[in-house]
Amino acid sequence: MPGIARSTLTTKPRPLDPVLAAAGRIILGKDREIRQALACLLAGGHLLIEDLPGVGKTTLAHALARLLGLAFSRIQFTSDLLPADITGVSVYERQSGEFRFLPGPVFAQMVLADEINRATPKTQSALLEAMEERQVTVEGETRRLPEPFFVMATQNPSHQIGTFPLPESQLDRFLMRIELGYPERSAERALLAAGGQRAMADQLEALVAASDLPALQREVAVVHAAEPLIDYVQALVEASRRDPAFQHGLSPRAGLALLAVARAWAWLAGRDMVLPDDVQDMLPAVARHRLRATQGTGMARAEDIAALIRTVPIP
Amino acid sequence: MSTRPTEALDHGAAPWLFAAALATTLPHVEHQPPWLSALATLLFAWSGWLWWRNGRLPGRWVLAALVAVACGGVMVEFRTLFGRDAGVAMLVVFMAMKLLELRSRRDAVVVVTLGYFLLLTHYFYSQSIPTGLWLLGAMTLLTAALVRLHGGAASTPAATLRYAGLLTLQAVPFMLVLYLLFPRVSGPLWGLPQDAHSGRSGLSDLMAPGNIANLALSGEIAFRVRFTATVPPRDRLYWRGPVLEAYDGKTWRQQTSRPRPPQIEALSPTLAYETTLEPHQQRWLLALDAPGTLPADLALESTLTATSRVPIVQRQRFSLTAALDYRFNPDEERPVLSRNLLLPPAANPRTRALAESWRQEESSPERLVQKALTLFSGAGFTYTLQPPLLGEHPVDDFLFVTQRGFCEHYASAFVVLMRAAGVPARVVTGYQGGEANPVDGFVVVRQSDAHAWAEVWLAGRGWTRVDPTAAVSPSRVESGIAAAMPAGEPLPALIQLRSDWLRTLHFRWEAINNAWNQYVLGYNPQRQRELLTRLGLPDADWRKLAAALAIACGGLLLAVTAWALYQRPRRDPAARLWQKALRRLARSQVNSPPWETPLALARRLEDEHPALAPAVRELAEAYLQARYGGIPDDLTRLRAALARLP
Repeated sequence: MPGIARSTLTTKPRPLDPVLAAAGRIILGKDREIRQALACLLAGGHLLIEDLPGVGKTTLAHALARLLGLAFSRIQFTSDLLPADITGVSVYERQSGEFRFLPGPVFAQMVLADEINRATPKTQSALLEAMEERQVTVEGETRRLPEPFFVMATQNPSHQIGTFPLPESQLDRFLMRIELGYPERSAERALLAAGGQRAMADQLEALVAASDLPALQREVAVVHAAEPLIDYVQALVEASRRDPAFQHGLSPRAGLALLAVARAWAWLAGRDMVLPDDVQDMLPAVARHRLRATQGTGMARAEDIAALIRTVPIP
Repeated sequence: MSTRPTEALDHGAAPWLFAAALATTLPHVEHQPPWLSALATLLFAWSGWLWWRNGRLPGRWVLAALVAVACGGVMVEFRTLFGRDAGVAMLVVFMAMKLLELRSRRDAVVVVTLGYFLLLTHYFYSQSIPTGLWLLGAMTLLTAALVRLHGGAASTPAATLRYAGLLTLQAVPFMLVLYLLFPRVSGPLWGLPQDAHSGRSGLSDLMAPGNIANLALSGEIAFRVRFTATVPPRDRLYWRGPVLEAYDGKTWRQQTSRPRPPQIEALSPTLAYETTLEPHQQRWLLALDAPGTLPADLALESTLTATSRVPIVQRQRFSLTAALDYRFNPDEERPVLSRNLLLPPAANPRTRALAESWRQEESSPERLVQKALTLFSGAGFTYTLQPPLLGEHPVDDFLFVTQRGFCEHYASAFVVLMRAAGVPARVVTGYQGGEANPVDGFVVVRQSDAHAWAEVWLAGRGWTRVDPTAAVSPSRVESGIAAAMPAGEPLPALIQLRSDWLRTLHFRWEAINNAWNQYVLGYNPQRQRELLTRLGLPDADWRKLAAALAIACGGLLLAVTAWALYQRPRRDPAARLWQKALRRLARSQVNSPPWETPLALARRLEDEHPALAPAVRELAEAYLQARYGGIPDDLTRLRAALARLP
């Protein structure tokens, strides 16, 4: 039927495919995580990466920023970091006799907030507010952050000494949470042979213009989600509220997040429709940090999410 | 959900079974021997503890030993393993022991089934509204346990209970239809065991000091009466039970006499009333004095006691009449008069002497009666439920020493006095008064209204009622026992309600209970015929009833099915085709759990069933296309893929 855009299962190429390929050559064996990071960006949310130091979190952020042509800045969170160190300060200029605003590192398109759980809650919340509002208010003046604005925060597992774990209410600000994990054997061998990928990441050329990203985000937002698929998302969210494995269920915001990420995931796969597979694929990354396990004190375990999926029939 | 019966029982299902088992056995505590309740409690606690600690269930030999102990105990207690009480006791023990064997789903199903059966046994003991409500709740709990056994672990207890409640509600129309239309037989449907009717309280056929005073402490209902016209004043309501003529110095007994119909001359218009008797295991009907003509299956004894041919073992209703003023046997037979003058020669000498002295002064029986009543109403005599103990000559002790007593003391003393003075007299037991319920107009007569009075034979007037208690305590007869008692005497809570709203509440509850008795429990073959005639089915025999039953149940089933079909979410055509494909795959031993996505199934089959995989992949894609692609009308690809499926 000419003239009517049909959703098909047959996949079509996406302008971000080369980005995925190029990033995959830098961070070896982590194609799924790279794709998840991109999906998060396309869904207009922020990403939390939780893992041990040295598994390639920073390299991933670097590589993506360069490939997407995004202005990149990095904030290393420490216990003495102050809110102003993030948002910026006004300084008095002797020549002009005026105050001039020196924008902080948050004024970038891709912000890598490294080891966010090392800073005090006050400083953490300065960043989290900026993430939520996409603007910064310093000394009574509100300044918009650039478009697109994407925060990739990393966090060491919080049982390490001297950390301030993010409270659940703040964790909810992150659309997704992923782990990188150790590389596979072959990938690690290649990594050792090549001798570090950081330098390579710095030499990458932009494959997409940063100004194209908003259009792509709009495209992602209209990926078709059929009635039964929305039923499925709702059923999963409801099931999480009944599941005795969790202290409380998923919020309506979490449901929206799940649908948005599933759309981005489907789009990245080259489809114009969301499948139940997309929802199942994305559920752990969207849900785990938002749920608290009944047993123990930590967040929900991956097995509990898998079990949750097994209680909900696909409509 | 096909789960094998021998599959291990899910740990979370056990609390449901415990709760259901407890609910079905708990009310039996009331009539079980205490050792049995203790044993059941012990077994319950043991199984609960084992469940809590995940302990190992006892082995077969331990259980066998327990069975032997329980059977032995029941045998010793009841002398049999059968019959109502022994049978129920065995069931309770079995239920508690089955909980010690909860290994597989089959065991759980046995517990539930046993529970449903145990529900039934409670009706042997009580058919009251609270019992019914409790059993309804227990039944819902059992159903919930069943739901829990067949459902997943994900659903919450509230959801499980809601589901069970819904099932119970759906059963209600069927229950009503079966209740109204199932052919009824007169008498119980199953022959109840011999011991099914025992241990009920009520009047007995003898009177010794203390009998009636014990009854007076019971708030239990003896019978309920509805007058067709206005309710007569309370002091005219004498309900006649056994008449006691034989006296051995202590105890009054009934005298067996030749059946000679009494002669009654009504002096006032007859009143019609309907009485509903609680079972009391005796034959007398406690009719209002003096009864008029009785229905064919009832008899009037020569002492004016109306009786039924068989003991009243279940709640029964009778339509009777009465004349409040009457003349009874003015030409009584000589032998009857003379036996009502007999006294044991050695007993109560002082009383006899007193009566003898009266006889010297007075010759008219009426005056003698008056003299005795004046004696009682004089100073010294008190009406009390806690009289002091009496010695060898009870009437002497009572008249001259203690002077404190209950209606039976007064009636007995009065009759002894009269006989000693040469006036034929006897004791009549029965009930006096009753409480009119303003809510439904029924007069409720309780055990606490049990009473004893006297009857003297006067020439020309026949047997005449004299109530010596009225002389001592007029309020006993005018306003009931609660008013007559001095403060501080123990009385059942029910009859001493003084606060207004409590009384109103009590009257309402009484009325509800009565309606339950009259309309629900009293729904007998005759009422069923009446109802069916009103529904346009006159003289229905069992065939007509069966047909009506089948039609009603069939109609209900159709309605429920239609409702369920209507409620069912209408399936998308693509989803229907996919389900069809899944069914077809199931025939090739390929099963897909409901949470597995079509693509995941196709991927799985690449390893497990390489031959099927391509066809399933095409099918899955066509289905996803049709269902999740937003163009549901195009099913050609899906149909084609389905056709290619082997």
